[in-house]
Amino acid sequence: MSLAFLLIAFLTVATAAVAMALRNLVRSALLLGASWAGVAAFYLWAGAEFLAFAQVLVYVGAISMVVLFAVLLTRPSRDEGAVSPASAGRLLPALIAGGSVLGVLVGAIVGSPLRTAAKPPLAFTVRELGLQLMGPHAASLVVVGALLTVALLGAVVIAAPGRPGDREDPR
Amino acid sequence: MNLSPLHLCLLFSSALFCVGLIGALSRGNSILVLLGVELMLNAGNINLIAFWRFGPAPAEGTGVLFVLFAIAIAAAEAAVGLALVIAVHRHQRNIRLQEANHLRG
Amino acid sequence: MSAHPANALPLLERLPVALRDACTSWLPESWRWLANSLLSIVAIFVVFATLFALLTLAERKILGRVQNRPGPNRAPLPFLGIRTYGLAQPLADGIKMLTKEDIVPRGADRVLHFLAPVALLAFSILTFAVIPYGRALLPVELDAAVLYFFAAGAATELAIFMAGWASRNKYSLLAAMRALAQLISYELPLLLSIVPVVLVAGSLSTSEIVEQQGTWLFGVFPQWHVFTPWGFAGFLIFFVAALAESNRSPFDLPEAESELIAGHLTEYSGFKYALFFMAEYFGMCALSGMGVTLFLGGWQAPIPALAFIPSYGWFAAKLLALLFVFMWIRATFPRLRIDQLTRLAWKFLVPLALVNLFTAAFWVLSSGWAGPLAFARWLVAGTLVLGPFLVLGRRLSAGLGPRTYRYA
Repeated sequence: MSLAFLLIAFLTVATAAVAMALRNLVRSALLLGASWAGVAAFYLWAGAEFLAFAQVLVYVGAISMVVLFAVLLTRPSRDEGAVSPASAGRLLPALIAGGSVLGVLVGAIVGSPLRTAAKPPLAFTVRELGLQLMGPHAASLVVVGALLTVALLGAVVIAAPGRPGDREDPR
Repeated sequence: MNLSPLHLCLLFSSALFCVGLIGALSRGNSILVLLGVELMLNAGNINLIAFWRFGPAPAEGTGVLFVLFAIAIAAAEAAVGLALVIAVHRHQRNIRLQEANHLRG
Repeated sequence: MSAHPANALPLLERLPVALRDACTSWLPESWRWLANSLLSIVAIFVVFATLFALLTLAERKILGRVQNRPGPNRAPLPFLGIRTYGLAQPLADGIKMLTKEDIVPRGADRVLHFLAPVALLAFSILTFAVIPYGRALLPVELDAAVLYFFAAGAATELAIFMAGWASRNKYSLLAAMRALAQLISYELPLLLSIVPVVLVAGSLSTSEIVEQQGTWLFGVFPQWHVFTPWGFAGFLIFFVAALAESNRSPFDLPEAESELIAGHLTEYSGFKYALFFMAEYFGMCALSGMGVTLFLGGWQAPIPALAFIPSYGWFAAKLLALLFVFMWIRATFPRLRIDQLTRLAWKFLVPLALVNLFTAAFWVLSSGWAGPLAFARWLVAGTLVLGPFLVLGRRLSAGLGPRTYRYA
């Protein structure tokens, strides 16, 4: 196992954990961007070059931007995006639930004899990926395109303020 | 104990999954909950890539294609989720999940 | 830079690679790749940092020439006292920037305030890795190089947000949001305008795209992508979007000096401010380099008879010509308003880029047409490019018809 993998895995999990524990929402979002970039590095390490760059483009370029915009649009007026930390009443059950899931997963993974390929798979080029997408998987590609369009329209409809006659603030 | 690369990749992804799970369960802010869900989705993607790369039958690129579709769907999910957060904020003036308990705005 | 196995290239062509190999030949085999990569990084950095220094001077000189004034001409060479057309101006600017006080606002997020310019510069340098500078000069050979370029470019937006937010100044934050709105709007036409190139080339690898433009029609006309109907339209869309992506005039709203103070850079001073400027020029160079690679034939010579000039010379010439156009446009056009800016992106460039995709698809499908059909092919493709341009352009400028000056 290479050192690169261990480094990537450690940094990804560590940045994600710190991001989830921070009080400051903007910092959490930026740190999560780093964590997603770590996942992209893992894809690169595993030989899925196209996926790594797609991950950076979609997650770091687009989703973090949307998250940051949402944080700024919804933050309480004065306090620079700080939110209350997890209360003990919620943190404890969450830790217990998460820890038990982790325990079950680790036990299952370590205990099961996974068969691995004797030799690494051939390089999967972008050209082959394109041929697959346009050949056997063309239908799913169209469905995903339709889904993205519908989601975009839905997001605009949900987030846009109502007609001028609507009540803006119920209170 | 002798762990294969596949084992290590799966351990990595389950650690990431549980970080996302704990975050989503413990934080009250809905944006952070959404981010936790995104982390869990990423952990799932890592699994797919790990099995594609090290699995016994690396068929021609199924894992990569699956993750590509998953990333596209995650983008749609994030857009809709954050639009919902903004809509909730417009009605309630805050985005704490505990207080978003009305069906009518 | 990754050496091609072609040792048959003429000496001048493989001179940079030969120099690098001479520098690292004494190292053991296992360390050589590391030294080679480090040397490539250093070479890229030195070349583009020098280019940055010279570009700042060139820009001021060209702006001066256009506005009929001399531009900087006072700075003498150090210790000599000779004034050579202001050639030492970048040096003076650099010393000034380095010795200025570095002010961080009291309420600022210090970590992010420091990280923003560094991240911006790092991401813009990353984009240089996949541009083929010459026949044997490609720093990193990637299968998905074009995607890599735009992924690294997309990450710069995060740095701009960091700069605006960390300053803890509402004007900085608002300006950063404006800058992001502009960058995100123009990323769409930028990406859509390069899809036809990928479609026609059938590859995301920059070296392959350049190789495919290396033939000559009738032995004279270079078959660069810009000399096809879809390529011409695509190049223009790419160029306009690149102007906006690199915050250049007439799209320099993020830091419009005369209207906003300096946008998201308001709270930056000294060397950090210089880093932002360096990143802006690097971004401009990288986008120009990508434009040259995708549309203008990369390092290919324009006519076969001139192919004896080394390929990196041709690349540099094309790059400098494109950069000159950037400066010329800055001197010529007035700045757009923010609503005009977004309208131009969404109502004009994006639809044109989408139509251009169809044009390119038609061009690929009709590649076998010969004789009179070739004429028809040009006619149809030209109509597909010009028709939407005229229709959309008319709608974009509706109500803005020719002005009459009553008291003139």
